Amino acid sequence: MTDFILEMKNITKEFPSVKALDQVNLQVKRGEIHALVGENGAGKSTLMNVLSGIYPYGTYTGDIVYNGELCQFKTLHDSESNGIVIIHQELALIPELSIGENMFLGNERKGKFGIDWDRTYHEAEAHMRQVGLKEDATTLIKDIGTGKQQLVEIAKALSKNVKLLILDEPTSSLNEEDSRMLLDLLLSFKKESGMTSIIISHKLNEIAYVADKITVLRDGTTIETIDNSEHNIDEARIIRGMVGRELSDRYPEREHNVSDKVGMEVKNWTVHHPLYPERKVVNDVSFHVNRGEIVGFSGLQGAGRTELAMSIFGHSYGTDISGALFIDGQQKELKTVRSAIEAGLAYVTEDRKGNGLILTESIAKNNTMARLEKVCHRGIIDVDKENAVAEEYKERLSTKTPTVQQNVGNLSGGNQQKVLLSKWMFADPEVLILDEPTRGIDVGAKYEIYCIMNDLVAQGKSVIMISSEMPELLGMCDRIYVMNEGNMVAEMPAAEATQEKIMAAILQSDKNK
Amino acid sequence: MSILKESLKFIKKYSMVIALAVVFLLFAILTGGRLLYPQNLSNLLLQNAYVLVMACGMLLCILTGGNIDLSVGSTVCLIGAIAAQMLAGTSLHPVLIILICLLLSGIIGVWQGFWIGNIHIPPFICTLAGMFLFRGLGRAILDSKTVAISNKTFLNIFASYINVPGLDGEVKWSAFIVGIIISVFLIVNTIRSRANKAKKGYKQASAVSEFGKMAVIDALILYYTWKLSHYKGIPVMALWVLAIVFLYAFITSKTAFGRYFYAVGGNEKATKLSGINTERVYFLAYTSMSLLAGLSGLLMAARIGSVNGDTGNSFEMDAIGSCFIGGASAYGGSGTVPGIMVGAILLGVINQGMSIIGLNNNWQYVVKGAVLLIAVIFDVVSNHKTGKAG
Repeated sequence: MTDFILEMKNITKEFPSVKALDQVNLQVKRGEIHALVGENGAGKSTLMNVLSGIYPYGTYTGDIVYNGELCQFKTLHDSESNGIVIIHQELALIPELSIGENMFLGNERKGKFGIDWDRTYHEAEAHMRQVGLKEDATTLIKDIGTGKQQLVEIAKALSKNVKLLILDEPTSSLNEEDSRMLLDLLLSFKKESGMTSIIISHKLNEIAYVADKITVLRDGTTIETIDNSEHNIDEARIIRGMVGRELSDRYPEREHNVSDKVGMEVKNWTVHHPLYPERKVVNDVSFHVNRGEIVGFSGLQGAGRTELAMSIFGHSYGTDISGALFIDGQQKELKTVRSAIEAGLAYVTEDRKGNGLILTESIAKNNTMARLEKVCHRGIIDVDKENAVAEEYKERLSTKTPTVQQNVGNLSGGNQQKVLLSKWMFADPEVLILDEPTRGIDVGAKYEIYCIMNDLVAQGKSVIMISSEMPELLGMCDRIYVMNEGNMVAEMPAAEATQEKIMAAILQSDKNK
Repeated sequence: MSILKESLKFIKKYSMVIALAVVFLLFAILTGGRLLYPQNLSNLLLQNAYVLVMACGMLLCILTGGNIDLSVGSTVCLIGAIAAQMLAGTSLHPVLIILICLLLSGIIGVWQGFWIGNIHIPPFICTLAGMFLFRGLGRAILDSKTVAISNKTFLNIFASYINVPGLDGEVKWSAFIVGIIISVFLIVNTIRSRANKAKKGYKQASAVSEFGKMAVIDALILYYTWKLSHYKGIPVMALWVLAIVFLYAFITSKTAFGRYFYAVGGNEKATKLSGINTERVYFLAYTSMSLLAGLSGLLMAARIGSVNGDTGNSFEMDAIGSCFIGGASAYGGSGTVPGIMVGAILLGVINQGMSIIGLNNNWQYVVKGAVLLIAVIFDVVSNHKTGKAG
């Protein structure tokens, strides 16, 4: 008989209006890495919340058998004391506390009087070594990068004596290098200590690399469990299970009609850090984008791409900005976001929840926010017109929502992204800067976003796409710029570009310093 | 099942209105009907005029992110003191004095708005400082005395009653006629907006609910103006209050300018990146707040007929309390003028009812505190708000 560490049998979980899980089954063997994939809203996170006791026993039906015992977890604490630890997509670390403090938060190392700090930091460093994190345990979380923060989360899980580690989108905010490191870490844990992990991810290449078994969920039901012990599964095979159809082209066809006219040109752009003005975040960067062209910006995290985009967009990042900006051949001084919008620029942020949308407001109100005056008459909002606009964009981008009065916070990631795009399309820009437009959304929604981008360039607009996923840049762009540590290090036509060439350009520039 | 669900939804949507109705009926019974006397209903409005006015300004501050203005009670005192001293000590025309006082409260607002909006001083601290500053200045101007106001013109502008010669005798028919005109206007307006929506093919609410709501409001207006007509008629102060309330209701619900306050409270960073000047939003929230506090100071001075160092004491708490009872979010981004009016009137009915019953002042505080807490608990629980937005 196979040794299952975890069996979830016929799990059904209903919310007031929707059946999130319907008779879901999941079997995880001891010592394997099990991937859970599915589109947004397929029920992956719900299933893990059932497992970890966030949805307590009694609010769902079905059985959870863990280590051969029937479990009835009522709180997160119950599951953690059994060695099940979940690491959520949004990291749950407190920026102002140190690594050590975070690691034992709620689980403090107590001495005779209060907390034993020596023991805390000593044990913290032991766990940090296990995950290969070379930092001081007293370093504050806010002073280390996202990649390292993710490692702290894992070290924290280790400190809880984890037997079954669940990672929800662990690499969604990491660059390729950090992602690879994290995945290798999981593999080494599997080999050395036989740790079992469940990983939820949208990144199919990573899953193919790391997972032994892949369970596909769709619309709250288990579709299949695919064996991947050879680690050579075809991504198209997984996608077929996820979307229920063959998705032969992951990037929609487009006629490449790049006009000769330059839409936007930036010359010798330099930006200094807002808090440390002596540090250059963007250093003497020049680039241009033509009308009807999609230009990609590649680079590792911290390459300065977001900072470049935001500083162009009405100086919304950085200090002491210098350089020249031309839109349609005319030089512009855009010192406020308003002036940038009026000049025909739009910046679609990478952080849709933090910087892009008002989650507590309706789709309609978010939709018009960047250009409210378009639905106003003498400063008075025409609510009917506003709703009509929102309906129009809902149709055009096929946003899935019952009404446009729905609060944006209630939508899935992909639909939120569509609302964010609607908001900026409504501003009617000539140059759109899309920063990680497909981050954390599923394959189907990604495809739709790509189609919208193609539509925009077909209308003669210019699109700049910043992305950390190289295949997406290669699949979508006409031309690709590569940035590294604030410098522009390469420019190449997409037709000639490969992932290797891009990485080589980055590595080369590191060496030259 | 569906009827139950619908009625639950209705109760949730109009929870504060229902609470107000229940409390009102309760006090009507407890006071043996005395709460319904024309004089008491008239006073209900007059005694709470300052709360209604200041709650409007406070709403804008709270919308920006749960920020409050603690200085308004002191501003009431300072502006009241300046008005009283000028009326007593100079021969300037009262209208000019009123304008000067409003200008001064505007300057106070600019002062606070500048520090909060442009220099990013936390509003709580900045207005706490203002609370001490303006109270002290007010007392200094009053020289620690009570200054009476006897200027007839000044009193007439704020604290008289409308009296149409020939029409108003024992019964002030003008009040009831105004009530009829407003009711008819409401009916016409509802019909017109429905016709307009139908013409453009927009979605509209069901006729039953829309006309039902209108009928209830009309009935209340007619009832209230009928009662007023059997006392002294329409108080001028009511016109001031109505003007402010309508202006703020209009700004917050219909204008782009008003929308920005909700946007800043909902997500300040996203608002900034949408090209909206968030500093200006803060600046104007606090400027308008102080302006309304100044107006309240004048209303208060005229109603009481004198100003002393304790005028306006803890008024800020009434304004803040009304907003939160009326459903404004303590984290900003949500709240409406009609909502906070219900909150203010609820507080007013409780005050008035308890005074008529003759409940000890100390216990009135206890009841008010309990109502505030219950209202907010109810709001949070029924909307499953999990603390911070999102």
